[in-house]
Amino acid sequence: MKKILFIQRRSPYGTGFAKEALDAILMASAFEQEISLVFTDDGVWQLKNQQDTKTLGIKNFSPTFKALELYEVKQIYVEQMALEQRGLQIEDLIIPVTVLATAELRQLIQQHDVILSF
Amino acid sequence: MKFAILINSAPFSHQASDTAYQFCQAALNKGHLIHRVFFYHDAVYIGSSLMCPPQDEPNITVHWQNLAKQHGFDLAICIAAALRRGVLNEQEAKRYGKSSANLAAEFKIVGLGQLVEACLTADRLMVFGG
Repeated sequence: MKKILFIQRRSPYGTGFAKEALDAILMASAFEQEISLVFTDDGVWQLKNQQDTKTLGIKNFSPTFKALELYEVKQIYVEQMALEQRGLQIEDLIIPVTVLATAELRQLIQQHDVILSF
Repeated sequence: MKFAILINSAPFSHQASDTAYQFCQAALNKGHLIHRVFFYHDAVYIGSSLMCPPQDEPNITVHWQNLAKQHGFDLAICIAAALRRGVLNEQEAKRYGKSSANLAAEFKIVGLGQLVEACLTADRLMVFGG
């Protein structure tokens, strides 16, 4: 078994990365590996609650994050500094997460065998 | 060492696919193995046989085809990303009622599971672009 870490760095709708990265996370979950997920930089916006994409004409994929638990993806982290820089708090997020200091994020990366950064 | 390669960026717009190609060449020259090159996001355009760069510019699609043929590794394109962006093999073109297919020779359209499999099989994953 390998430890796979997905790093989400992009805002949800400016590019297609967030959506396609989520597809990869769901696929990886089917391989019964140890999967962790960390949101940093603008990636923290992916978890913002009450997203409304109607005027964008783009599908709101944020409810899919609530399904991650069913896929056994339970280790979900957010970098504290990324939240603070954007005026976000843990209560603003759509799912429960573990908040990490930057040094802890560094450790998390070191602890994994495969890093997929989107 | 056995490498898996993930490329995420479009050809021409970004250098990532060129850098990945040069990395693979260097690794192979040093006696390492490439298990699979996986094209995701805008990198799926590299699998289009219809690209016609000017003759004095490198054609990254042809570069990959030659390297893969020479060293026998996979050029794998994510099916979901490819269908969205109009890179189709004969089978998918027929399925979606399109007039033609454009997947370049040596490239294969595969599921995302092949990316995960590559991560698990290789000693190291290298990500380019994104």
